[in-house]
Amino acid sequence: MSSKPIETISDSVFKVFFEEVYSITIFTLRFFKEAILPPYEFNEVLKQSFLIGYKSLPLVAITGFIIGLVLTIQSRPTLAKFGAESWLPAMVAVSIIREIGPVITALIFAGKVGSGIGAELASMNVTEQIDAMQVSDTNPFKYLVVTRVVAATLMLPILVIIADSVGLLGSFMGVNIKGDVSFYLYFSMVFQSMQFEDLFPALIKTIFFGFAIGLIGSYKGYNSNKGTEGVGKAANSAVVFASLMVFVIDMIAVQVTSLLQN
Amino acid sequence: MIAVGKMTNKKPLIEIENNSKQETVVVEMKHLKKSFGNNHVLRDINLIVNKGENLVILGQSGTGKSVLIKCIVGLIQIDEGKLLIFGKVISELRNKELIQIYRRIGFLFQSGALYDSMSVRENLEFPLRRQLSSTPKEKIDFLIEEALHNVGLSKSIDKTPSELSGGMRKRLGLARTLILKPEIMLYDEPTTGLDPITSKEISNLILDVQKKYNTSSIIITHDIECAKLTSNRIIVIKDGICAAEGSYENLEKSTDPWIRSFFQ
Repeated sequence: MSSKPIETISDSVFKVFFEEVYSITIFTLRFFKEAILPPYEFNEVLKQSFLIGYKSLPLVAITGFIIGLVLTIQSRPTLAKFGAESWLPAMVAVSIIREIGPVITALIFAGKVGSGIGAELASMNVTEQIDAMQVSDTNPFKYLVVTRVVAATLMLPILVIIADSVGLLGSFMGVNIKGDVSFYLYFSMVFQSMQFEDLFPALIKTIFFGFAIGLIGSYKGYNSNKGTEGVGKAANSAVVFASLMVFVIDMIAVQVTSLLQN
Repeated sequence: MIAVGKMTNKKPLIEIENNSKQETVVVEMKHLKKSFGNNHVLRDINLIVNKGENLVILGQSGTGKSVLIKCIVGLIQIDEGKLLIFGKVISELRNKELIQIYRRIGFLFQSGALYDSMSVRENLEFPLRRQLSSTPKEKIDFLIEEALHNVGLSKSIDKTPSELSGGMRKRLGLARTLILKPEIMLYDEPTTGLDPITSKEISNLILDVQKKYNTSSIIITHDIECAKLTSNRIIVIKDGICAAEGSYENLEKSTDPWIRSFFQ
């Protein structure tokens, strides 16, 4: 008899989980349907790309620079112990380009863009702007969701490339705090250590990161509760869920890359 | 005064007046039902709206008044019953035909539902660009200026919605709806949250719209002054059905204490 409440709780948790999975699957399928079928909202995609990409640039660049600098400064003593200081540019470059750059940029992107999309769409939902759009003969899903998801998918890889580049610049400065390495020599060592397998999978996974962040932010905002509380909840759950998805996708990407390389 | 209680298939519980004058019906609801889970919001709604008529719907909060008008524009799907707009059964129409019907209907939302990220001009331009995409820029500019002039907001064209007062936001919402010259106007609590003077201004604007464009309107309101000023006919909703119907003057004199309570 005493196990009944626990069963009820676990039943309800599973029910909520599977309902959420079902709901997000339907949302994703609708995204592909609306994205493929005309009319296309090219102007809105451009506008959202500007808002999502360009306006995230300073934050992403500063973070990339600091990561490159700090990673170099903190790695130097360990490498120095083994007399392998000359490996510093190669080690930092591989770390940044393969893993740290894409993941950290995606997490920042989830915090800034994912929560922003969630809060914006939830707020539009509360104030009946989405209903008003539908009454104005506009497909709100196509205009609001598809454009934001496409913009996020396109912009994150570009932001990651920029963050990686600025991160390597930070690393170059970190190397030169206690050393004297020329710009040409540093980047020659970086590019000698890089291979196609380092760059390509890292870039491909950022496309999935961007898609997941845009989609989750839009899903949480578009399906938020009609109340001011719903706006906060949508923004918060968008960040949490999108960040978690970044790690899940990263784990899958690493497994797939290893399998393909073997 | 417009005739009352003549088209509902199921007559209201209290029929105050009944003049059987033949007019063009633009909206007709027959045994309309809508539930949200176990909450039966609309249980059996029967009503008509005639061409050029202002129909006010009164009722307590949560009686489904807003749900009723959202069913008309397809924002909420009905569970049972028949909804006819311009004589066509909505459930039998194809998507393209539905779009054509909905284009003839305007909806003023309770909050105004203005697009916060757009300026006043862009708010008006948005529905125009969507529905009249081939219209030249000069014509669009003219329509925007005319719509703003009609609601007395010509000087606010470059402001953002956040810079406008509550009354101005409502007027802008009205201008955005009227810019497409709808034949049916649906007003969801147009005077809620406004001071008495601004409320009267909005009520007068509703009357001006009716006179100028000969629109048929459904006005959802709790504001009895607005109902008095704008209504040709009033329907009172109680427990998901049309409980009473008549003109303001007749409903005001009703002997039913529940109906009288609205007018005190």
